[in-house]
Parts: sequence; structure tokens; C-alpha cells
Amino acid sequence: MISVESLAAESLFGLPLPELWFGLVFTMLATFLFLDGFDFGAGAIFALLETDEERETVLAAIGPFWDGNEVWLVVFGGALFAAFPSVYAGLFSRHYLLMFGILGALILRGLAPEMYEQRHDAGWQRWWGRAFVAGSVLAPFLLGAFAGNWLVGSERSLTLIGLVVGVTVTLLTVVSGAAFLQLKARERLPDAIVTYGMAATVGYVLAVVLTLGVLAVRLPGGFGTLLNPAIVALVVASLGLAAGHVVALRREQSLPALGAAAAMTYGLVAIVALLMYPTVDPAMGATVRGAIVSTLPLNLMTIGASLLLPLVTVYFVVLYSAFSGPISPEEAY
Amino acid sequence: MIDPVIASRLQFAVTTIVHIIFPVMSMGLAPFLIYFTWKDIRTDEPVYEQLRRFWTKIFAISFVVGTVTGIVLEFEFGTNFAAFSTTAGELFGGPLAVEGMMAFMLEATFLGVFVFGRDRVGDKLYFISSVAVGLGTWLSAVWILIANSWMQTPRGYELVTENGQPIVHLVDPMAAYLNPRFGYMYIHMQNAAVESVALFMAGVGAYYVFRHHVWGYPVENVNFWEATLKIGLVALLITAPLQVLHGDMYGRHVAETQPQKFATMEAVWETESYVPEYIVAVPTSVDGFTDPRAKELFGIGIPGGASWLASGGDPTAEIRGLNDFETEAPPVAIVFWAFRAMVGLGFWFILLAFWGGYRWYKGQLLEDGLLHKALMGSSLLGIIAVELGWIVTEVGRQPWVIQDVLRTSEGVSPGLTGTEATITLIGFVGVYATLLGLYSYVVWRIIRNGPPGSDQLRVNREEVPTSGPETSVPGVSDDD
Repeated sequence: MISVESLAAESLFGLPLPELWFGLVFTMLATFLFLDGFDFGAGAIFALLETDEERETVLAAIGPFWDGNEVWLVVFGGALFAAFPSVYAGLFSRHYLLMFGILGALILRGLAPEMYEQRHDAGWQRWWGRAFVAGSVLAPFLLGAFAGNWLVGSERSLTLIGLVVGVTVTLLTVVSGAAFLQLKARERLPDAIVTYGMAATVGYVLAVVLTLGVLAVRLPGGFGTLLNPAIVALVVASLGLAAGHVVALRREQSLPALGAAAAMTYGLVAIVALLMYPTVDPAMGATVRGAIVSTLPLNLMTIGASLLLPLVTVYFVVLYSAFSGPISPEEAY
Repeated sequence: MIDPVIASRLQFAVTTIVHIIFPVMSMGLAPFLIYFTWKDIRTDEPVYEQLRRFWTKIFAISFVVGTVTGIVLEFEFGTNFAAFSTTAGELFGGPLAVEGMMAFMLEATFLGVFVFGRDRVGDKLYFISSVAVGLGTWLSAVWILIANSWMQTPRGYELVTENGQPIVHLVDPMAAYLNPRFGYMYIHMQNAAVESVALFMAGVGAYYVFRHHVWGYPVENVNFWEATLKIGLVALLITAPLQVLHGDMYGRHVAETQPQKFATMEAVWETESYVPEYIVAVPTSVDGFTDPRAKELFGIGIPGGASWLASGGDPTAEIRGLNDFETEAPPVAIVFWAFRAMVGLGFWFILLAFWGGYRWYKGQLLEDGLLHKALMGSSLLGIIAVELGWIVTEVGRQPWVIQDVLRTSEGVSPGLTGTEATITLIGFVGVYATLLGLYSYVVWRIIRNGPPGSDQLRVNREEVPTSGPETSVPGVSDDD
């Protein structure tokens, strides 16, 4: 057995745990933005569909998944709290109203499909459909705004960078959503979802360029910060992936398209994390090494996470293989 | 504008009071659903498929609303109680993170399979899903109560001041996380959840049984409602006596470890021995309601009862009065009356269980209209008792957010303005009232629609010819 004394004395196996947890926290955020992202994107596309059957299909497609996907946000919050408590506290209280905006949007998104299915009269479904769309669009927008403000260390929540990152993230969820819906319900949804997916991808590329422009002005290091080779490589790769996504979507290769969307999401979050490092809360000037919890709880958390995250992966594999392939007409939300 | 400290506390109170309803429903339903799933797979009896499908619908809506209201609580530690989160993050953040990874992930992923996947997976994986979901809900409570019990009786830590801020450092993880309080809380809470659901099931079942057997109205699937009533009653017979037994042990532990809370529960202001336990306490003036002092109340008490409770058998034991603590007393009236109401309900549930059990034994369970009415009237009282218990626990530990370490008022986010806090408080009151209304509406509709009819059951599928793919039929839910 490892003794408490040795766990309190030094990092597990001498690993650079503060940096690993910094990476893990952002990986969890990216996983949330990808997985729940396609649910959000499906919710946005829901607004553009016309028939009841198409809308039911969208709800049925995300039905088994969204709750599990949303837990990645809980895990992100928990990991940030456990690894960088002062950052969690500072960041969340600084962007007080923004956080509650995100929560409100998530409540709407979660509740709306349940309510939508309760009654089949047109007025009721029109309103809950709108609520579903509003929640699905607002949640990623506000989360993006949160990430943008976090990155530049803004004290305020209503900022230009928040706006552009919010739009970027929202468009990215539509990119994922189109690929996901094509994968799950190609036969039962109009071909227009390809167009929506492509339009979102083009919009996403423009939004990334706009974001980089705002960052060049807003970041303390100016344009030079963006010329970091890793950032340049990620931006170039994202452009390539965006092109690949469009091609795959047109050829109805939904899984590669979804994969490209996933890579774009992880890429975007990686850009944010790289620009932020070595600070973890730019507003307070707190560095990763300065804000990390003490060695003992960090080691315990590391042991816990390395046991649990592989299990979590298994759960998701079970879930997604149970519902693999297109949904059938009998399946409803 | 409301003061940010008051507004944050009120908001946390509102959001937890509403949230706890949903985990109580999902944790309480979990063992029933595992049982129904098992019986459905093993026996092919239609009533078990009906039970499984009907209660899964109520479980699913409870889970969804529980998820969205639960994230709010996690975020509120950061948004409203940033100083607390900074001080206690090292001990408090870990359990929350592990709860997410170990429990919430398990339940939320397998919930997808459990609710939507009956036709997609085999019997074995389907049964495993029901266990995984149930286990997830119960593991969730483990980590949340580990975090909460540490705040009640903190151990295994060291308090230092860094940059002028108190910071709690973890020293002994075993002492901190395997807190004796956790055991008492967990057993009392989980049993309460099952008991609450048992009461709910018995009440809902009693309504249809009453309509059919007492009033003589035709009721569809009457055997389903009879089964619901009986299963609820059996669970109540098991859980109701247990709840009072370990509640008593829990109370004694509180007396030992949080004497100020215990004195508040008993409204003992002056330190004295041979303190009676008032079973019925009637204030003789209005002040008696708002500012109860045990000595001044007219009551029927067991002489030495509170002393006996606190010490575990010694009626002459001394109880330290509220005036002998350095910190101000918690709001005594709320705690004193909430405690009495909770205990009173606990004994009522035992009575109800034995009444129902006796009638059943005599073969009159389906005919006793008064019993049915009592069960219907009590269907939500289990949840009320849980709320009351949590009010005793959380109001009773004031003014501390971490007992003897950090005051609640010192835990609130320093930068929070009254305007911000007031906006969200008002927002939450509105949103949560709506949420509660919608949840009740959905549950009411599920109950009114009843279980799936025999023509819709899987067990009958081979015999009944189906006419093409089923699509949504207006007015009929087809969630599964």
C-alpha cells in the first residue's frame, strides 16, 4: 500500500500532474462541447425542419444520448473545482449572470423534449419546440462566451471576444449536429441538412478567423502570440478538417464527417488552452502551478480519475453501440 | 436589492429544496425498477412489464429534471459561494468530481439504454442497465453525502491562512472521507427515499383501487394498480420502522458531534439535565411559534426523554443550552418545528404501514376506503418528511457552513453584488416554480394515462398481429 505520507510528499511517479490536470480539464470541456455539441446542433437544425415527423426524428436521434453527454459538463466543473478550486470560484463568481444563463439554457434544452412529447396539439408543440431550439442555441453560445472571457481574463461578461467565441462555438455545434443527424436518420430527414452542415462549416471558418482577429488585438502578447507554431498548426489543421467535413457530408460519409467535427472541436479547445497556458485564470494572473491543489489531494484525484475514466469510456461504448446505426421508424423520444 | 449574503442563502435553499425531490424519486424508484425488470424478464407476466414501463416513465422524467437542477447546485458553489469553494475546495471538490465520474456517468449513460433500448439490447444487458442506473443513483448519494458530512463534522484537515484567506488542507483522507456522520446520513437518506417512493406508490395505487373497489367505477388494468398498492405497502412495512430506528441513532450522533444543533432541535436554551422530550408541544402564545423555548411550551413530554435520546439511555444526562455556545443560535423555530413534524410523520408512516398490513392480513385491503384515503393523503408526505429532515440538518448547523471552521456569511462570493444575486434569486423562484408545476403535470399525466394496455406489451407481441409500423398516436405517449 502507498502511505499517505508518500502521497503527500511528491507527485505520483514524478509526473507533471498540474499540467496533466490542466490538459484533462480542457479535454473534458472539449468532450462536452463535441458530444453535447451534436445534440445542440441537432436542436438548432430542429428549427429548420418543417414536418412533425422530421422533428420527432431529431428528438428520437438524440434521446438516448443527451443526458450522458451533458454529464461531461458536470465532470468538467467537478474536475476544475477539485484541481483548481480558486479558479473555479473566481471564474464562476466573476461571470455570475453568464453562468446562470448557461444553466437556464440547459434547463430549457433538457426539459423541452420531455414536454414536447406530452401533448400532441400544435400550439403546445410549437412553443416547446421553440424552447428546445432556444436552449440548444443559447447553451453553446453562452458557453463559448464564457470560454472567450476566461481566455482573455475579462472581468466583464458582455464582451466582443465573448460574442465571437460564442458564435464560433454555436456554429461548430451545428457542424457536428448535421453530421450526427445524417448518421442517425439520413433516410428520414430532408437532404437540406447537408446544406445546413456546409453553411455552418463555412460560417465556422469565418468565425474562427474573426476570433483570431479579435484575439490579436485583445491578448496581451498581441498578434505575436498567435504565431506560436502549435497554434498555427492547429488553425491550419482545422481549415483542412472543415474542408474534409464538407466533402464527407456531401458524399454521405457521415461517420468521417462526424469525426472531422470532433477533431475540429478538440482543436478549438486546444487553441484556447494553449493560448492560456501557463496561466489558468488570466484575470487573476494565476498560473497552473500556482493554482493547483496540494500534492495529496492531487495524487488521490489522479488515482481516482485513472481508474474511473476508462470505465466511463466503456459506458459510452456500450451506449453508442446499443444505439448504433440509423434509428428505426418505431423509435420515438 | 437584497443583501448578496441573504440572497445567496435563500437561492441555495430554494434550489436544493426543489432539487432534492427528483433524486428522492430516482433513488427511491431504483430498487423497485431493478426488481420489476428482473421479474419482467424471468416471468413474462404482463403486470411486471406494465410496472417496469410505467415506473420507468416516472423515473425518466425525475432523472431529467434532477440532472438539470443538479448542475445548478454544483455551479452555485462557484458562483455564490466562491469564498467557501476557495477555502474548502481541496477537500470538497474531490468528492464532487468523483461523483461525476463514478456515479453520474454510470447512471446517465445506462439510462439511455434502460429507457430507450428495450428492443435494441438483449435481456442480460437490459437487466445490467437497470442495475447500473440504480447503482449510479445510490453511488451519487455516497459522494454527495461524503462531501456534506464533512461539512457537518469536519475531520482530517488542517486550517492555514494563505494570502489572508483561510484554506483547508487535506491531511488524513481516511478521516475526512470515511466520516462517521456519513454512515448515519446515508442510511437515513436512502431509506427515506425508498420510503417516500413506497408511500407514493401506495397512494397512487390506492386511488385506483378506491375508485374501482369502493366506488365501483370501471378501472382499466385494475390488477396493475392493486399490485402497485401492495408493493408500495410491503416496502413501507419494511422501511417505516427502520427509518425511526436509525433516525434515533442519528439523533444521538448529532447530540455528540453537533451539540448546538441538538440543542436547537430541542429548543433548550439553558444547560440542564433531565430534559424532557416533548411529543406534543403547544405554544401558549404567538411567541411560542416564532421563538420556541422548550421550558415555556405547554407540552406532553417524556420526562428525561431528550436527555435519554442525547446520551443513549441516561435520562439524567445534561444537555448544553444554546446560551452556553459562543456563536449565536441557529433559527430555533424552524429547526424545532421541522424536527417535530418530521418525527411525527415518521410515526404516522409506521401506523399507516401496520394499518395497511393488518387489513391485508384480514383480506380487507381492497375494501377499506378510509385506509385508501389515508394512503392517498400521505402519498407526498414522504417527500415532505425528507425536506423537513434536510431543513433540520442544514438550518440546524447555522451559522456555520463548515462546522466550527467557516461561517456561512464568510463563504459567499466577495465580488457578488446585491443586484446580481437578487436577479438570479427572483429568476430561480420563477423558473423552479414553473419547473415543479411542469414536473407535477407530467407525472399526473403519466398516472392518468396508466400503464401500457395489454395490446401494447412485448410479452403479447407474438400473439397480437400488428398493423405496420406504429407511429405516434395522438394523446398516447409512446416514450418507450
